[in-house]
Amino acid sequence: MNDKQHFSERHNRPRAVTLTLLSVARALCYSVSHLSVQERIEKKRKAALTGGGQLRIAAQHKRGKLTARERLELLLDPDSFVEYDMFVEHRCSDFGMEADHNKYPGDSVVTGQGRINGRLVYVFSQDFTVFGGSLSGAHAQKVCKIMDQAMMVGAPVIGLNDSGGARIQEGVESLAGYADIFLRNVMASGVVPQISLIMGPCAGGAVYSPALTDFTFMVKDTSYLFITGPDVVKSVTNEDVTQEELGGAKTHTTVSGVAHRAFENDIDALLNLRDFFNFLPLSNKDPAPVTECHDPRDRLVPGLDTIVPLESTKAYDMLDIVHGIVDEREFFEIMPNYAKNIVVGFARMNGRTVGIVGNQPKVASGCLDINSSVKGARFVRFCDAFNIPIITFVDVPGFLPGTAQEYGGIIRHGAKLLYAFAEATVPKITVITRKAYGGAYDVMSSKHLRGDVNYAWPSAEVAVMGAKGAVQIIFRGKENQAEAEAEYVEKFANPFPAAVRGFVDDIIQPSTTRKRICRDLEVLASKKQTNPWKKHANIPL
Amino acid sequence: MAAYRNTPGFQRVLHAVKHVCFSKQRCGVIICRYSTVYDPNEKVSLIIRVIKTCKKMGIKTVAVHSDVDSSAVHVKVADEAVCVGPAPTSKSYLNMDAIMNAIKQTGAQAVHPGYGFLSENKEFAKRLAAEGVTFIGPDTHAIQAMGDKIESKLIAKAAKVNTIPGFDGVVKDAEEAVKIAGEIGYPVMIKASAGGGGKGMRIAWNDEETREGFRFSSQEALSSFGDDRLLIEKFIDNPRHIEIQVLADKHGDALWLNERECSIQRRNQKVVEEAPSTFLDPDTRRAMGEQAVSLANAVKYSSAGTVEFLVDSKKNFYFLEMNTRLQVEHPITECITGLDLVQQMIRIAKGYKLQHKQSDIPINGWAVESRVYAEDPYKSFGLPSIGRLSQYQEPLDLPNVRVDSGIQEGSDISIYYDPMISKLVTYGKTREEALKKMEDALDNYVIRGVTHNIPLLREIIVHPRFVSGDISTKFLPEVYPDGFKGHMLTAGERRELLATAAALYVAAQLRSQKFLGDLRVSVVPAESRQWELCVELDKGVHMLGVSRSGNNYTVEIDGEKVEVSGEWNLASALLPITINGKHRTLQCLLRTAAGEISLQYLGTSFKLRVLSNLAASLSKHMPEKVPEDTSSILRSPMPGSVVAVSVKPGDNVAEGQEICVIEAMKMQNSMTAAKTAKVKSVHCKAGDTVGEGDLLVELE
Repeated sequence: MNDKQHFSERHNRPRAVTLTLLSVARALCYSVSHLSVQERIEKKRKAALTGGGQLRIAAQHKRGKLTARERLELLLDPDSFVEYDMFVEHRCSDFGMEADHNKYPGDSVVTGQGRINGRLVYVFSQDFTVFGGSLSGAHAQKVCKIMDQAMMVGAPVIGLNDSGGARIQEGVESLAGYADIFLRNVMASGVVPQISLIMGPCAGGAVYSPALTDFTFMVKDTSYLFITGPDVVKSVTNEDVTQEELGGAKTHTTVSGVAHRAFENDIDALLNLRDFFNFLPLSNKDPAPVTECHDPRDRLVPGLDTIVPLESTKAYDMLDIVHGIVDEREFFEIMPNYAKNIVVGFARMNGRTVGIVGNQPKVASGCLDINSSVKGARFVRFCDAFNIPIITFVDVPGFLPGTAQEYGGIIRHGAKLLYAFAEATVPKITVITRKAYGGAYDVMSSKHLRGDVNYAWPSAEVAVMGAKGAVQIIFRGKENQAEAEAEYVEKFANPFPAAVRGFVDDIIQPSTTRKRICRDLEVLASKKQTNPWKKHANIPL
Repeated sequence: MAAYRNTPGFQRVLHAVKHVCFSKQRCGVIICRYSTVYDPNEKVSLIIRVIKTCKKMGIKTVAVHSDVDSSAVHVKVADEAVCVGPAPTSKSYLNMDAIMNAIKQTGAQAVHPGYGFLSENKEFAKRLAAEGVTFIGPDTHAIQAMGDKIESKLIAKAAKVNTIPGFDGVVKDAEEAVKIAGEIGYPVMIKASAGGGGKGMRIAWNDEETREGFRFSSQEALSSFGDDRLLIEKFIDNPRHIEIQVLADKHGDALWLNERECSIQRRNQKVVEEAPSTFLDPDTRRAMGEQAVSLANAVKYSSAGTVEFLVDSKKNFYFLEMNTRLQVEHPITECITGLDLVQQMIRIAKGYKLQHKQSDIPINGWAVESRVYAEDPYKSFGLPSIGRLSQYQEPLDLPNVRVDSGIQEGSDISIYYDPMISKLVTYGKTREEALKKMEDALDNYVIRGVTHNIPLLREIIVHPRFVSGDISTKFLPEVYPDGFKGHMLTAGERRELLATAAALYVAAQLRSQKFLGDLRVSVVPAESRQWELCVELDKGVHMLGVSRSGNNYTVEIDGEKVEVSGEWNLASALLPITINGKHRTLQCLLRTAAGEISLQYLGTSFKLRVLSNLAASLSKHMPEKVPEDTSSILRSPMPGSVVAVSVKPGDNVAEGQEICVIEAMKMQNSMTAAKTAKVKSVHCKAGDTVGEGDLLVELE
């Protein structure tokens, strides 16, 4: 035991290493003296492949979960996985952890790189069958190694989380491991896309790694995320709450907004993740990917000419517009069940990945509030960081009024979305489908925030506010409010005030929107715009 | 179009058509008036139909619309449009002054009356006459005479048209019943004078049954209605619904334009029609035609009209009623006779004599019409469905296919509309050819966003009984006694479907590896020539081997090889492919990242799941999701409005007890409890609008 510690402490001193190695070899000879090195390698590899053993694998399956390796097999192209650190073992020597039967080659995580539809990705997959997937120093070191390399070569990192938390036996070493990972999450942020798929428990400090990554997906019924579990909650706040209620997929995709999507089961999640990966560029130095597209770029969408109802108070589904315009009606929505008054997600235009942001008139009239602003802002910043053009569909009556919003800080949260759109230098195309009222008009990728191409549909109304409210202010006390309202509508409830000032570049027939956007994106593909030098900007967090 | 979605009483009405052919200098207006509370789609398609003919005749058309209708399809196709007022019909379409103004303003010369309020309004007719504006269609006298069931039957009798024989007086006793039955001829129907809903109704095939039936019926009538008076009428066994198209001018001449077979019905609404009928021989046809013409003459009918008959298995035919408007199914008559009925109506209105003699009217070829409805055919052969037509593509590139519709991609189908999407007509030299065309047309018809009845239509036209012509108005309940279940796959068809899904899956997988213009090296594994897949269909799991060469896939299923080839355009709604040398058009309705694929094949949509063998083998570990206990919750089976809720929380309900009533499309549906339990919560109240699948009531 002492020898081994020696080894790790002095590994940079050649002479000492040699000596130590000899003593290690001598020590090992007692147990495996009859095996050749080749046989030992085989034995270790075999042990690594079975993780915590058949019993624990069966238990994992019984929970409705796949093993770490099965998951990687599904996620990656066949035979593309290149594993690192299969021989790494934990270094803990307390509480009997040093015993041979407590050593698992590879420890509680499988790491390496592979391909998804031929494109490089770095992956780690926590192995719940080994010490409940708990994070040891060795585990963290393995994860850090692939993250470092991913950043160096510029390839995304996907983490498949299934871990009981810190390896308690290791104490601070485990905590240090977490911090090492957090640091790399932060360093990699905006350099390579990082995706977390929560496929089991993820509790305590462990939750901050997914929180730092770009996207967090969950598996329904078998995964949960929380800072402290139900038992601690009960003892501290006396609340009775189940794991599912506290941190299940439903909670995080509808209430907290911590997770971006939830999937039915492991297989569904991994297959969807493969699909999602195709939208992403490999790094911030790579362009948004372009895939083969069968959908004609100049396709007209006749249904859009009638989609906006004639009465401005009537709702319609912004997703109908999105589906009609993008390639093959394929839209990977991010956070579909959270802050539904804004729609964000990925799609393709003529094969090229774009980020879509749209107000959703169907929910809360499509107004902006705290949650929708934060949801939109984070998405816009991701697109900007990774060279993904942003297409914004605007139908916004303004910011949601009320004490709940004001006390909650709508001012600083709303500012995030404004900030995100303003700082973005990727191609920005905006289509005002109907209302663009007040400050929300400015926020929603307006011309004034460096929108590259801003369109209005004939149904667009760009104004400080709706006719009724405006008339009550402008013509306060005037008898004939209805007449005044009609005058206001005539003047402002149309695209002309914005168009005559050049705040929209053109008023377009809705059915031609796809054609126009495809053409603009081709032009804007070579767009170059930089922000002034700064250490980093100071977004109102 | 959205404005009247919430106003069930809304009537969208007038459409005007201006034309120059009446006199070269001035213009003419044809105004169509619609009583369209429940079926504007159908009516809009008629306007468009009228406008098409006007264009052909060089007549300019004007559409009249209310301000909410300004973007409707018919407004776009007309040469001009005049807004006659705001949405409420009393201020627009029913506003006679506004209409008269529209006529003056456009210099219109003729009005297409359509049907409904204004067409039967004598005041309107008078004002038109005063302005010298022609009225297209039968005159109000004929419309009124034929609109009344009793009067029309009397007129028909007088004109020596066969009517259903029966005894209109009250039958005294069983022996008199036997005597009357003998006069009428068996079978007879004995029914309560005060009756309704089948109560007190008996069918008798002989004297004995008549006596017995009389006794039972009078008892039942007494207990049900407190009135034991009975009537006897000829019972038309297994009738067909066959109608004769007539055309009459203002000079007393009339023609019959052969028959239309409209027996395929559900809930007394026609579903599939054809012309001619396989059932009529030339003699019967002539007899029916002559009677129809004599009826038209009897009411001094002018314009196009339809005389409907019931025809029994012995080719006896009986007058049912006369329709005084251009009917939905008129195109099939046009197909086989070569006449444009709208053109004939316009000529007749202008006072021209009929162009043709009876001997000029041919039967050329065969025409079939399918009524495409936004309905779920799996529920009572069609419960209305709603939604937005997210994709809509008519099969117009096929030859000899005609589609009359009033909708377009993006249209909303709401509960307040007639659920008819279109009338799909195919024509062929023979019936076989027309039916084959119909198969192709249905396969190539793209309708997304609403549930539609194409699965049912596609099944009817290939059903052996239909193909052999063995049909009656009871066809659907007889052929599908347990309700329509979609196409039943044969083993061969199943293989074709599985193979197509597998090939589509591989094509999509291969495409997702193709990145264009990427500078980074992507390492796609050397394309394996062989895929091992697992495909699920209706709980059956199949292991498939797929190999590819170019666009051709060879799929091996249970030792059988299926060759599938096609272009594999993954963006197209249609999937034209060749399976084992046979050409087929399938539609891909859904394709998800998780391997789910929905294909419309032979009209019916099938859900499949394609997984790699690896994923399939791991599937067994996936947790079973517990399905919702449906016995304790009541969900709306269709979109509609809640008419009444008969329970409140805390009530005890027995299994089968009515809980609430949902109305859609004039149909009331009683929703009952699936078990005996206490009501936990009620989520709807009378007057609510509910969507399909909405939670109505929860039981404990």
